Amino acid sequence: MKAWRRPRAEPAEPVPADTIESLMARLDAAAQVRLGRTLAIRHVNTGSCNGCELELRALSNVLYDLERFGLRFVDTPRHADILLVTGPLTRNLRVALEQAWDATPDPKWVIAVGDCAIDGGLFKESYAVLGGTGLSVPVDLTISGCPPSPTQVLAGLRALLEVNAR
Amino acid sequence: MTGEPAARATDVEGEAPPPGRPPLRHMLSPQDWIATAQTAAEDSWVLLAHWAEPAAVHALYLDPATPGVVPVSIAIEAGAYPALSPLLPAAALYERMILDLFGHVPGGAVDPRPWLDHGAWPSEHPMAAPSAPRTDRPAPAARAEQPDAMILPLGPIGRPIGEAALLRLTLDGPVIRRADSRLGFTHKGTLALMRNKSPRTAARFAARLSGDATVAHGLAFAEAAETAVGTAAPPRAARLRVVMLELERIAGHLDTIAEVSRLAGAASMRAACQLLREILLRACHFAFGHRLMMDCVVPGGVAVDLTPDGASALLQALGAVAARLPALRRDHEGVVPGARLSGTGRAGRALAESLGVGGVAGRAAGRAFDARVGFMPGYRTLAVTPAVRPAGDAAARQAVRIAEIGASLRLVSSVLEPLPPGPLTVALPQVCGEGIGCAESIRGDVWHWLRIDHGQITAAFPRDPGWALWPLATALLQDSVTDDVELIRASLALPASGMDL
Repeated sequence: MKAWRRPRAEPAEPVPADTIESLMARLDAAAQVRLGRTLAIRHVNTGSCNGCELELRALSNVLYDLERFGLRFVDTPRHADILLVTGPLTRNLRVALEQAWDATPDPKWVIAVGDCAIDGGLFKESYAVLGGTGLSVPVDLTISGCPPSPTQVLAGLRALLEVNAR
Repeated sequence: MTGEPAARATDVEGEAPPPGRPPLRHMLSPQDWIATAQTAAEDSWVLLAHWAEPAAVHALYLDPATPGVVPVSIAIEAGAYPALSPLLPAAALYERMILDLFGHVPGGAVDPRPWLDHGAWPSEHPMAAPSAPRTDRPAPAARAEQPDAMILPLGPIGRPIGEAALLRLTLDGPVIRRADSRLGFTHKGTLALMRNKSPRTAARFAARLSGDATVAHGLAFAEAAETAVGTAAPPRAARLRVVMLELERIAGHLDTIAEVSRLAGAASMRAACQLLREILLRACHFAFGHRLMMDCVVPGGVAVDLTPDGASALLQALGAVAARLPALRRDHEGVVPGARLSGTGRAGRALAESLGVGGVAGRAAGRAFDARVGFMPGYRTLAVTPAVRPAGDAAARQAVRIAEIGASLRLVSSVLEPLPPGPLTVALPQVCGEGIGCAESIRGDVWHWLRIDHGQITAAFPRDPGWALWPLATALLQDSVTDDVELIRASLALPASGMDL
């Protein structure tokens, strides 16, 4: 009796190559649709008066419902695709912004939200303020307003989502 | 005390100042300066604000017995002045700010470490005249820690969407043995930017001290400017200011309740509050042209009138809040937030009084101070009863907020109809003067002081409630556990920008 020496399971048939190819194409398309259309956002405050933060917080209320677009706020720049920067760039927060930018994996985007983040706004003459976000890290998109409404912020984020999906 | 009429030449000490007239500021000798602080500590006066100019240092006390405010000053001698912090712990943060900005050394201060200055500004003491180029200031010795102490730093970029501040917690397992705060990250040089500008121009900086208290800061600043030049806002503007301040309070409280509910695991409460807040902000945008009503209050009156259908849009939004309020109250008393909130971050009344904590945090700890009662001219004919709770914990603060939303709803409805007709602004005369104004913001009493010289601001100081809330927060965090840190912060609605100046 040598039956126990050999496994009873029959050798598997080779997978047809055309099935592999068609499945790979379908998975690729699905990943583009399902995974390519999601972006993680880290908010970075570089000296804001808290006005922009109020409107950013409003983005998660049931009327705007940010997450239905695949956009979500994350706790660390290491998990982020987007740095959402608010406030004039104060001298005391420049290093913090640069550290957050360094910690964000490529590819990454920086969005300057609000008039202050664009060029320092009302505070650009001050000894304590350097100016806009762009003086420290490269900015990809600006959203103006003091503060910009949640609708404006959402429009900017969705535009970036479209670009990302292409 | 030797009184010296610094406010207006016609003031006579001893007479009660007429409404709208600033209280006399007393110029004190060093002995009287300390004697006043001793009296303040003994008679439970509250240090409301403590600030400086290139040649003098000022303090503003609240005498709860009168009640009234007492501004006092002391001249700087040889770059120094006697510190108040050994007698009044609430003065410690102000003294660090004064040293950083003006270079005045508080003699005998309890805490010599820098506060706003992180070593990144181009000059040292930027508000001093003349400001000195930066030299390497010897770093003060760090407090001795146990060699094996575990330090947990939170911030400055910490919370998902919030203000920039640093909390440094010394841990023993999950228990916080010592909490230390460091602010100044969002210092924007507001005091320097306000100088040599007209009140109307400088009001834009006052409106951007703190986004969710923009009406309160704008209003306190406007009233200080109006008092300084001896005028007052027209009746219609005064009523619209009340409407805006109460709308800001309802929206701000809803935001804080939503955030605390999220952390306490009450998701439906959070969703409901956020929705109500959004409905209210949209109505504000429709009625006043700005969701947060930023720049709507200006010195001399208000910048915008209600749009034709604005009043009905506001009343409709307020109706939505009122309809949901009983359910909100029921949810708050339910098991889910209650188990998490009761007993968390408990502040005693004595602590709140010694630090001068007003607003929701003060009233939830039994200190019945509300600047709307007796200090704000616009509320003179309106009945405001402070909502007071004795417990002092996060649950009490939620309860006070819910009660205040109800009170503000009634207040706005009674003021909106009918609004008195008439102009929206008066021109400010180009004269000299000094003034103090105040407003009750969502976090507590905001005080603004300024001096005007022929229509130009020569010195100003805004006192944000944060000056009292941060010392309270570090005291409450001590001996609590790390799991409660976010909840305590949210429940106090800790600000940063307003006190970073």
